[in-house]
Amino acid sequence: MRLEQALRALWGIVLRELMRFVYQRERFIAALVRPLIWLFVFAAGFRAALGVSITPPYQTYVTYETYIVPGLVGMIQLFNGMQSSLSMVYDREMGSMRILLTSPLPRPFLLLSKLLAGALVSVLQAYVFLGICAIYGVVFPMPAYLLALPVLIVTGLALGAIGLFLSSMIHQLENFAGVMNFVIFPMFFLSSALYPLWKMKESSHLLYWICAFNPFSHIVEFVRFSLYLSFNGLALGVTAAVLVGFALLSIMSFDPRFNLVKRQVS
Amino acid sequence: MLDVILDVSGLTYRYGRRIALKDVRFAVSGRRITMLLGPNGAGKTTLFSLITRLLPIQAGHISICGRDLASASSDILSFIGVVFQQQTLDLDLTVDQNLRYYAALHGLGRKEADARIDEALSQLDLAGRRRDKVRILNGGHRRRTEIARALLTKPKLLLLDEPTVGLDIPTRRALVTFLHDLVTGNDMAILWATHLSDEVADQDHVVILDKGEVKAEGTSAAVMARTGANSIDDTFNRLTASTSHEA
Repeated sequence: MRLEQALRALWGIVLRELMRFVYQRERFIAALVRPLIWLFVFAAGFRAALGVSITPPYQTYVTYETYIVPGLVGMIQLFNGMQSSLSMVYDREMGSMRILLTSPLPRPFLLLSKLLAGALVSVLQAYVFLGICAIYGVVFPMPAYLLALPVLIVTGLALGAIGLFLSSMIHQLENFAGVMNFVIFPMFFLSSALYPLWKMKESSHLLYWICAFNPFSHIVEFVRFSLYLSFNGLALGVTAAVLVGFALLSIMSFDPRFNLVKRQVS
Repeated sequence: MLDVILDVSGLTYRYGRRIALKDVRFAVSGRRITMLLGPNGAGKTTLFSLITRLLPIQAGHISICGRDLASASSDILSFIGVVFQQQTLDLDLTVDQNLRYYAALHGLGRKEADARIDEALSQLDLAGRRRDKVRILNGGHRRRTEIARALLTKPKLLLLDEPTVGLDIPTRRALVTFLHDLVTGNDMAILWATHLSDEVADQDHVVILDKGEVKAEGTSAAVMARTGANSIDDTFNRLTASTSHEA
């Protein structure tokens, strides 16, 4: 594989993903409306009920809106990862996945390019959301917006890898509702996205431990710490492990030698 | 003597216990069309999936331009252009964007892609639809777009899996004529899977596949002579009679 050829293919895959995103305006609006409702409505309502005490990376008390913004950034990337997964299932059903898989490049490279393309779309959405948050009054230190870029790329890749793996396991578009109920919602609600884990511990130790082991909690914390120019080694480790683990699983699941691709052609 | 572009030998493929292909062997040479005739369920799509590496080879060999498909690197797929039975265009993108995406996947630079897209679109009489979204194109135009896309990389082997399915008769005739003209003027081979025997021209090579087995192979005249039939349609019906009755 020549580097020049690989870069052209990578650019082609990224460009296609961006064009599809731009053309599907409803998808862009839906991606933003969902977290904004949480920020403007849910957070406003729960501000009084949920006090957030000083907990790293915060140096002082913060408003509930401030607390949930990193969680909502995670939510955007989680939903985008699943949206990518949905579009891959659609591509497979529509047949366009074959064009990707029959191009003269190693399959792992093609899948990782697809993963990167999806992650870049989610980063774009996350920055638009952070811009709206800034207008709303939730502002982070200026250098944090820059530091967050590589972090958001890594978290986008990790969540995209989960989506990519799920897309290889889902046989039909109709089964995608199950993914919403059994993967996305539990991952989101059983995490530190909407409430700090100590708050959960007050209610239930079991739920606390589930949240603590949920990789999405660590992904959210990775984003949260980066937005305050702090570093969380555990969060980085878990995010990297999710990325590598699910990327490898996805590559295996799309490898015809493992016989999973049979579903795509039969 | 014609160059062998695709050589298939002893190819067997099973889905669990069901045998989809059994000891399939035939060759496809350059500058002519090889018609792979077979009823539905004969194993044509499985064969195409094996040639394009969507399925792994379980037993037997496939070689393309003298290179063994199983052991070759992924760049061997650059010799192949494919039009799948199911349409594979991105409906949300324009004709031009679909072609550019394919060109990028095959590593074509911008200038080269521009020139080849111009050439392919004019060959298929699609230049006027370049900026149209695929979603608004009719079935015939979509098919022609897919053929234009497959031709972008100037493949040595063009695989067509039932490319005329769902097209009206005039569009189908025009496409059949175009593809026969194309192969005579280019250094390429076409393997064309179909169950419509009226698409076979006298000069075509014919492989008749039924229940995963090659029932006959040769020029259309030789295949007809072997079965004592007076047309390809008759030959096809005789060799696949049991399947036709089952269907």
